[in-house]
Amino acid sequence: METILFNIFALLAVLSALLVVVNPLSRNPVTSAMFLVTTMISISGLFVLLNAYFLAAVQILVYAGAVMVLFLFVIMLLDVEETARRKLRLVSLTMGFLSVAALFGVYKSSLEATYVKDVDSSQDIATADEIDGFWSEYYAAATSVGESESLVTVGSTQALGKELFSSVNGFILPFEIVSILLLVAMIGVILLSKKDTK
Amino acid sequence: MINFVTEIFANYPWLMVLIKVLGVFAVIMPMVAYSVMAERRISALIQDRIGPNRVGIPFTRVKLLGLGQPLADGLKSFLKEDFTPAYVKRVFFWMAPAVAMIPSFVVFAVIPFGSFLGAQKMVIADLNVGILFTFGIVSLGVYGIVLAGYASNSKYPFLGGIRSSAQMISYEIAMGMAVVPVFMLAADSAWQSNLTGTWKNYLDGVGLLNLSSVIAYQSDSLFSWMIFKQPIAFCIFLVAIFAETNRLPFDMPESETELVAGYNTEYSSMRFALFFMGEYAAMIAGSALMVVLFCGGWTLPLGDFFSTPAETLIQGIIHIIVFIIKIAVFLALMIWVRWMLPRFRYDQLMNIGWKRFLPVSLGNIILTAIVLWVTA
Repeated sequence: METILFNIFALLAVLSALLVVVNPLSRNPVTSAMFLVTTMISISGLFVLLNAYFLAAVQILVYAGAVMVLFLFVIMLLDVEETARRKLRLVSLTMGFLSVAALFGVYKSSLEATYVKDVDSSQDIATADEIDGFWSEYYAAATSVGESESLVTVGSTQALGKELFSSVNGFILPFEIVSILLLVAMIGVILLSKKDTK
Repeated sequence: MINFVTEIFANYPWLMVLIKVLGVFAVIMPMVAYSVMAERRISALIQDRIGPNRVGIPFTRVKLLGLGQPLADGLKSFLKEDFTPAYVKRVFFWMAPAVAMIPSFVVFAVIPFGSFLGAQKMVIADLNVGILFTFGIVSLGVYGIVLAGYASNSKYPFLGGIRSSAQMISYEIAMGMAVVPVFMLAADSAWQSNLTGTWKNYLDGVGLLNLSSVIAYQSDSLFSWMIFKQPIAFCIFLVAIFAETNRLPFDMPESETELVAGYNTEYSSMRFALFFMGEYAAMIAGSALMVVLFCGGWTLPLGDFFSTPAETLIQGIIHIIVFIIKIAVFLALMIWVRWMLPRFRYDQLMNIGWKRFLPVSLGNIILTAIVLWVTA
């Protein structure tokens, strides 16, 4: 059941993400924005399958509910017409592919780094047969966390709050730094939009 | 026979969910129809008219105070011509009414509308992040209106769409901030460990952001209702619900005197009716939220029969009826306000949202935190 749901949401997310940028039927920015909304909603479905209910709800609340509404607002207010079909340039194409490849490289190495360490620390899960490469270790590490019970508590709002705000082994410093970054961005926007401020 | 039935339900747990969904739908739809009716009768009362009092049972002379009117209205919208103007953006034009209506119904999935019927808890999906889910879904409601305004490809609907997108965002933030103190009180885990009997059973396995734990918190006495403990939060939430459902005094997106009929100007027949039903379903959802968060949900402070989860079938049904009556009170309030107050100007509306409600609700959070800290 979960696999079927995962396939549906993953397919929806990828398909609609593609339709945001390469839609063969329409060059309308509002259509692109609406497909971005479906992408967001499918991603939140994936979060639910990972037991991360808080992230799923916030994903819809913030991205689908607020950010994308603002996108639409701006598109409609500026009256962006259908954009002309632009020629693909070789430079931008290669740069795009290179950055996607680099992203995948980072992703794969981070997965390997995390789970190889876990497998080393506990011996018994090495018995999980060779599915292939690091994926077998990935599955082994995932099942060694214990059954669904601990996964549920990991995804809960309380656990997230404790993880974010505890000063010992927590993420309080990165969290505060990100907050200050956001504050700076907000002040910058206000300053830029008020041109006559002296 | 009974064994056979219980076996089916044990094997297919989604069957019970399906029955609950159909049950809730079967209650909400007539409520939508009759709140339209109530709107017309109450407005008539306020304006010293009589209102629709003729339609009763079809083909007879029985009038029943005009209670057949919603049926006639529904039939009329089905039979009218469904006109699609030229130059509309067709796909969005067809999509918009459905997108406007669906979120207001989905909200009911997490609202606990009763205690128990038999062994079944009377809520469709008992999510731990109940309140966040609600806000997420409510925030999707704006797409229907924005798309309708965009797809109509004409000036007045377009203005309505733009207005609603700005309005809804500014009021959602105040609304979300307003309920934070409610959960600061209810999510205090000390009282949850002291629960006994049926309450323990009712709150089995739910988290602290769950809506039924807020009801449990308010079940003690009248003055444990959040409306008395958090009056500021209640006022902000009430006004924000008015703005979210586009009701007067915040009906900028429709605003008949300026924008013809706002975002739904170009719509006719059943598609217009879908917008209309969506608005009333959103009103019912908003009222249900206010009842759950601030007015004790399905409980009444009149002794154990009303304030503890049901053990018998009769008790369970009475709890659901209590909940529906409380919703009806809030619906009546919303209708009453519509016919008493004039509309705000657009800049006033934005000022109230950003410059008044947001700071006040933030202050309310800090105040509650200080009180909790001092009394802890």
